[in-house]
Amino acid sequence: MESLLTSILGTNLLTTVIYCALPLVFVLTYALIAVLGEVKISAWMQDRLGPMRTGPWGIIQPLADVLKLLQKEDITPSASDKFLFNLAPFVTFMGSYAAFAAVPFSSQYIGASLDLGIFYVFAVGSIGVVGLMMAGWSSNNKYSMYGAMRSVAQIVSYEVPAAMALMIIVIYTGTLNLQDIIVAQGGGIWNWFVFGGPKADVVLASGRELQASWANLVFLPLFLATFVMYYVSALAETNRTPFDIPEAESELVSGYHTEYSGMKFAMFFMAEYANMFLVSVVASIAFFGGWQSPYGTTIGALVGVPWLSPVEEFLWLAFKGFFFVFVMIWLRWTLPRLRVDQLMYMCWKVLIPFSFGIALVVGFLVMIM
Amino acid sequence: MSGYFTDIKDGIWTVLVGMTITWKHMFVKKVTIQYPDVKRELPDRVRNRLYVNMDDCIGCDQCAKACPVNCITIETLKALPTDDLGSTSTGNKKRLWMPVFDIDIAKCCYCGLCVFPCPTECIEMTDVFEFSEYHRKDLVYHFGTMTPEEITVKRAEVEEYQREQDAKKAAAAAAAAAAKKAEADAAAAAKASEAANIPPDTTAPVS
Repeated sequence: MESLLTSILGTNLLTTVIYCALPLVFVLTYALIAVLGEVKISAWMQDRLGPMRTGPWGIIQPLADVLKLLQKEDITPSASDKFLFNLAPFVTFMGSYAAFAAVPFSSQYIGASLDLGIFYVFAVGSIGVVGLMMAGWSSNNKYSMYGAMRSVAQIVSYEVPAAMALMIIVIYTGTLNLQDIIVAQGGGIWNWFVFGGPKADVVLASGRELQASWANLVFLPLFLATFVMYYVSALAETNRTPFDIPEAESELVSGYHTEYSGMKFAMFFMAEYANMFLVSVVASIAFFGGWQSPYGTTIGALVGVPWLSPVEEFLWLAFKGFFFVFVMIWLRWTLPRLRVDQLMYMCWKVLIPFSFGIALVVGFLVMIM
Repeated sequence: MSGYFTDIKDGIWTVLVGMTITWKHMFVKKVTIQYPDVKRELPDRVRNRLYVNMDDCIGCDQCAKACPVNCITIETLKALPTDDLGSTSTGNKKRLWMPVFDIDIAKCCYCGLCVFPCPTECIEMTDVFEFSEYHRKDLVYHFGTMTPEEITVKRAEVEEYQREQDAKKAAAAAAAAAAKKAEADAAAAAKASEAANIPPDTTAPVS
């Protein structure tokens, strides 16, 4: 992909900027679709129609929303710390956007094929937390402050089971490289980690061989449980229902972004949606084969059109990511909000012991197999 | 300890049950009525905007009297004997001109009490409910059919007639009073003469 851009535009700054901005284009488009999805799906699940008057079936409603946000007054509270207040939304968005650098959108397009991929995604994703704290603290508002503290506490504590769940996959594959993890799941739907991982030997992108056989079916229940744990922690990490206690739109003022309006609010919104997509994509990479198609090959490879394969791979990844975002929305309109003690119980007494236990079992099985 | 595992099992199971329910609801028929495009059918006896059929109104003022919030204002003028206002569809003869028949729908409480006393059934509540206005004064509906010129002319005519009538009445009264006086005089005279004709009392005992 990078070589293609270089061959078209030459080696210069513009090429680099375009290469870096490609995920942004995707994330922006995705955010519009996700916002529309949120309003329409919530409406359908409540037997309503949702927005119907902007465009056919209301499909340009998110554009109208963006236009509205652009027109809104940009308010900075006079008693706030102006520098941090204005910086916070960008830091938060940067945190979730920077993580896309290590996400392999297809076998040909990855911002940076890092050997520390999963580690990087987690580390950079945590910068967003700094942004939230900055936003809450610099607003000089007790509700923002409390909201930020609760958000941050929740995100930090749920990062433990989320990271542990991914660590289980890492223990099995022996690599942190996301591209490698996807390559390990090639060859068909039964090789995805959620169904127990590869059933035959695979050569990873880094050249290392991963030995596997049908005996790997013993991993199926373990990895399935790991996936559920990861997804639950991801929900909590993105402050989505049923873990949206810090925002609790029906009970509290809206948490750390109480004082924000206009485009700065939109940045937080974008960051939240980008984060949702990021955790969905990571879930599909680690457990559902990333850009691998469920039938093991691509139509492009079958009919001999080489440029079609990466496009297909990208569509598969996007589809999987969108599916998990849809499940998040689905859960949002199904489940009531947890209490704080239930949230803590879930994290410290259920997810963490289970993830450590499964990690031990998987480690032991990997050792003896 | 067993409670711990049952809780986890129940937690996962009930989430799945809930998700099935919401999934099913995504495909049921939606209850939304897209209001300005599609209107819901209102019940038969719905009470909304008032309407007055002025062809049938006889100006009896019963509706205005019945109104608990005084939103109906009616002014009437007696028709001259020469005027023919026709009659209502119920056969009542119309005897009053109505320069003013105003309903301030902003005050109206939609109780429908004005409808029942109407002898000719000319005031009714319709099913029209979309009549918002930018100014409150636009919510005063003028049902009167007379133009301002007609009203001025008619008022003058009626006053003129009234004055004539008054004059006539006064004259008649004066005549009547004169006649009465004459009669009374005559009677008094007759009485006096009668009294003169009475013979002396002959039955009185002589002392």
